[in-house]
Amino acid sequence: MSAAPGARRSTEPPIYDSGALRVPFVHEFSELIRYRFLLRNLVLRDLNVRYKRSVLGFFWAMVNPLLTMLVLLVVFTQLFRFQIEHYSIYILAGLLLWNLFYRGTSLAMVTLIQNAGIRGKIYVPASVFVAASIGSAFVNLLFALGPLLVLALATGVRPNWTWLYLPVPILQTTLLTFGMGLLVAALAVFFADMLDIYEVLLGAFFYLTPIIYPVSILPEQLLKLERFNLVFAFIDGFRSPLLEGRIPDLGSVLLATLAALAVTVVGWTLFTRLLDQFAYRA
Amino acid sequence: MDSTLHDAAISLRDVSVQYRVPTEQIGTLKEHAIRLLQGRRVEYRAFWALKGLDLDVRRGESLGIIGRNGAGKSTLLKVIARVLRPTRGRVRVRGNVAPLIELGAGFHGELTGRENVYLNGAMLGFSQAQMKERFDRIVEFAELGSFIDAALRSYSSGMVMRLGFAVATEVNPDILITDEVLAVGDESFQEKCLARMAEFRAKGTTILFVSHGLSAVRAICDRAVWIEQGQLKRIGVVEDVIDAYRTHLAHPALAPLDQPAG
Repeated sequence: MSAAPGARRSTEPPIYDSGALRVPFVHEFSELIRYRFLLRNLVLRDLNVRYKRSVLGFFWAMVNPLLTMLVLLVVFTQLFRFQIEHYSIYILAGLLLWNLFYRGTSLAMVTLIQNAGIRGKIYVPASVFVAASIGSAFVNLLFALGPLLVLALATGVRPNWTWLYLPVPILQTTLLTFGMGLLVAALAVFFADMLDIYEVLLGAFFYLTPIIYPVSILPEQLLKLERFNLVFAFIDGFRSPLLEGRIPDLGSVLLATLAALAVTVVGWTLFTRLLDQFAYRA
Repeated sequence: MDSTLHDAAISLRDVSVQYRVPTEQIGTLKEHAIRLLQGRRVEYRAFWALKGLDLDVRRGESLGIIGRNGAGKSTLLKVIARVLRPTRGRVRVRGNVAPLIELGAGFHGELTGRENVYLNGAMLGFSQAQMKERFDRIVEFAELGSFIDAALRSYSSGMVMRLGFAVATEVNPDILITDEVLAVGDESFQEKCLARMAEFRAKGTTILFVSHGLSAVRAICDRAVWIEQGQLKRIGVVEDVIDAYRTHLAHPALAPLDQPAG
């Protein structure tokens, strides 16, 4: 790239050929890489808009989850008295990953629909909006992670070397969220009530997943089903190293990662297949 | 491979765009599910927004696109801007395309003018560094001064428009797509825009100009194309095409009398 002001780009001009042979699955991926600056800008925009107008600014990004945690702490420890050690941190850790999944997927739908106007005027790879949503949910998680660890130490959880494993379940959940986000966002383009339906389903899913209660209270049949619940697998994989100094065995980690990857491949396939029809639905 | 693309910036071959419009208003999953349970199928009506369009735009040419509302002008721009993949036919575009359709599309009110410049630039495919290079000139052209660091929601519509025009033109596209941009804004800025368009023409940028203002088409374009019901009705010298279009509009037997534009 030429750096001289006003100079024409020295590279050959790009050629767009609608008849060119391309595999959407691969092509969209290379386009997403090419538009990484937009991806970064969209994530920053989302964070900026959310925190900029508050008095505390970006500091709010740290304080906000902390305050939310404190509220939940008071509510849950007073309402439910499960026999779990460090019950408060148990909940908060579960909610941390749940919020990544919940916010990421919902935001993916909303963002893709909201930007239909722009996508009808300027060419941008549609997957960038999904990726940006997941990215912003991920950054929000990072903001909340610090306060959670501080709170854990403050409430007497002993630091352990197994904490080093914590990034793994976070990344696993991010992968799953991306795949799921692609799926639901693609559907949301075609069905106006998709977001409403999804929120209802997610509400049910939240209570079926041991996030605010221990897995031990589940009846036998449900317990069997939980083995297929990836969100629970990742939440459990996050809580046990944090609270019990226990790391899940390699086999189950790999299996769960593969499952999340499979969801992402399915989501990406569906999304890139429907891509060309998005513009016809405006 | 025909040789036309060699000196053509844009080449359309037998391009058709078909929208499928549901005969009943069905937009939700619920309604689809109900129809499925009732054993009824959702029926669609085919609507061709473009029908077998052939068009070549030479590099450096400025082409005016005229036609009535719903004639397919916007669809044509979308197909060229690669926003819409044609149902049939082939579109080839050589060079970077910057659209000026509805100025400031993609701007965000909560962000400052500065942040919006970078975001908008990124949407046009430019990196942070590339926009940084152009930033000062953008602010200067938009005449925003210190307002560049104020939130966009505090801008007047004229300021937003100036910023949008400044970004889209400062990225130095090979092909500039404009849709009714000069209709708004005060006179001095309009003149500035026209001057910049002339600058673009001089340095060989291809310009696609959609307008109902026929005098603006006369001022800016070398050639004009008239689109009617998704088909190319006439293409050629601006005066000829405009005359034919006007005659057509004025002739009640040929066309229902719309609001004659310009």
